[in-house]
Amino acid sequence: MRTVAIAALVAAFAVPAFAEEKPVELKKAPGLDKVEANCAACHSLDYVLMNSPYPNAALWDAEVNKMIKIYGAPIEDADAKAIKDYLAKNYGS
Amino acid sequence: MAGFKLGRDSERARDAVQDTSQSQGDFGEESLTASRRGFLGGAGLAALGLATGGALPLLGDTAEAAPLNLPPALPQGVRQNAILDALPGKKPLIKLSYRPPNYETPIEYFRTAITPTDAFFVRYHLSDIPEIDPKTWKIDVGGEGAAGTLQIGLDDLKAMPAVEVVAVNQCSGNRRGLFDPHVPGVEWGYGAMGCARWKGARLKDVLAKAGIKKEAIEVVLSGADGPPFDKTPDFIKSIPVWKAMEDTTLIAYEMNGAPLPHLNGAPARIIVPGWTGTYWMKHINSIKAVTTPDKNFWMAGAYRIPLGKFPLVARFVSQETAVNTPITEMVVNSLISSHADGAKVKSGTPVGGIAWDGGYGIQTVEMSFDGGKSWMPAKLGEDLGRYAFRTFSLPVKGKGKITVMARATNAIGQTQTAKLIHNPPGYHHNVIQSVSLTVA
Repeated sequence: MRTVAIAALVAAFAVPAFAEEKPVELKKAPGLDKVEANCAACHSLDYVLMNSPYPNAALWDAEVNKMIKIYGAPIEDADAKAIKDYLAKNYGS
Repeated sequence: MAGFKLGRDSERARDAVQDTSQSQGDFGEESLTASRRGFLGGAGLAALGLATGGALPLLGDTAEAAPLNLPPALPQGVRQNAILDALPGKKPLIKLSYRPPNYETPIEYFRTAITPTDAFFVRYHLSDIPEIDPKTWKIDVGGEGAAGTLQIGLDDLKAMPAVEVVAVNQCSGNRRGLFDPHVPGVEWGYGAMGCARWKGARLKDVLAKAGIKKEAIEVVLSGADGPPFDKTPDFIKSIPVWKAMEDTTLIAYEMNGAPLPHLNGAPARIIVPGWTGTYWMKHINSIKAVTTPDKNFWMAGAYRIPLGKFPLVARFVSQETAVNTPITEMVVNSLISSHADGAKVKSGTPVGGIAWDGGYGIQTVEMSFDGGKSWMPAKLGEDLGRYAFRTFSLPVKGKGKITVMARATNAIGQTQTAKLIHNPPGYHHNVIQSVSLTVA
């Protein structure tokens, strides 16, 4: 349900004023669906690419926690874990 | 107070108009042509439209896979994924993120003291960036530190005494991507900055209309842009009253002789010369004088530097804690822009770039052609004021592969650091740059 809610949010609010945003394709691996459904609600996924592959797992954990605690991202615990695992495995050091 | 949208954003972007009256710095045409080739190679250069002298070919909105010649120190993910991409009204810039848009200016646009408006970097924190009708747009002015409240529109601003200042707008995190070890954030290279001629009304004149109380300590600035999701802290910044009252702190509606482009903050933005871009609020729609320190996340939790690490003068005392302080003025810095790393040049070719600081003014720029063993004063270009880029150059000496360095010093004796002053948010990178050239 949460995912659905966020997808609706994307549709409602996240249309960029400049329009030319192109799909940013991340590596196909377990957890990518959670990344796309949650992270992309507020920012394009090139944020992940540019911040890679230097972060270790602890840094990716901290980044996802920051998005939830500081920026208020409504990500459920199970999804947050899947996102952290995906980022550490695919875009970590 | 109700009714206007609390949004904002910030750091800033800038543009600059192609101002043919500005010199090309001190680089001869030969060196410009040669170095442009050196920068991007034939195809990339043609794509940028520089090889033929300026006008961009109609390429569509992107020029992907152009050879960007990005610094090797950037994260691999930047080097592999950054592309040249043109936002509306802009030349192709280096796209780091689409949403919110974070686009930096390629180095070759930094050969003049004024950065072209259509090459001026774009930086937003949050992705809800509304269209704004300048006819109905208003700024709400008030706060408990003001005697009254008022609303002012664009015509009201233009009816007030106009001030022009040439000033550098630089993201606090410019060069963050060069940090070793890397720190998370927007992984900027050298181009999250620009210098423009800004025109607007003084912030202090607008505050005077509302009547500022003597108990006021900060002025809180908010813009029309905001988060896509209401739990995300809106981008709001404050500046100390003393800075708000300076003659060059403006509410600017023009940039390089033309109305501000939307992506650089239209209809009007705050200009805080000398200070980093975080305070240069775009799409400004709320200005409040307050009598207690603003506690919002973007002041209390972000844009802070460790106490005592940087040789800065300007302080933001009401926001200081025992361990950190808000970032304020820019550190003295320089950029070699005439030639790309790895370029081939003829002996005697002018090599140089731009220097700037937090508003004390550039005193000297020294250059080294032997990797820092010996230094010589460079020739400085036109002085557009203490907040502006200052060009510098010197004919290159040596033979074969050499390491060129530049080191700027400002009017109060501050100079660039040889070793990175590491800090967790990745601010104030002013490490002396090294560029490798092959001299024939």
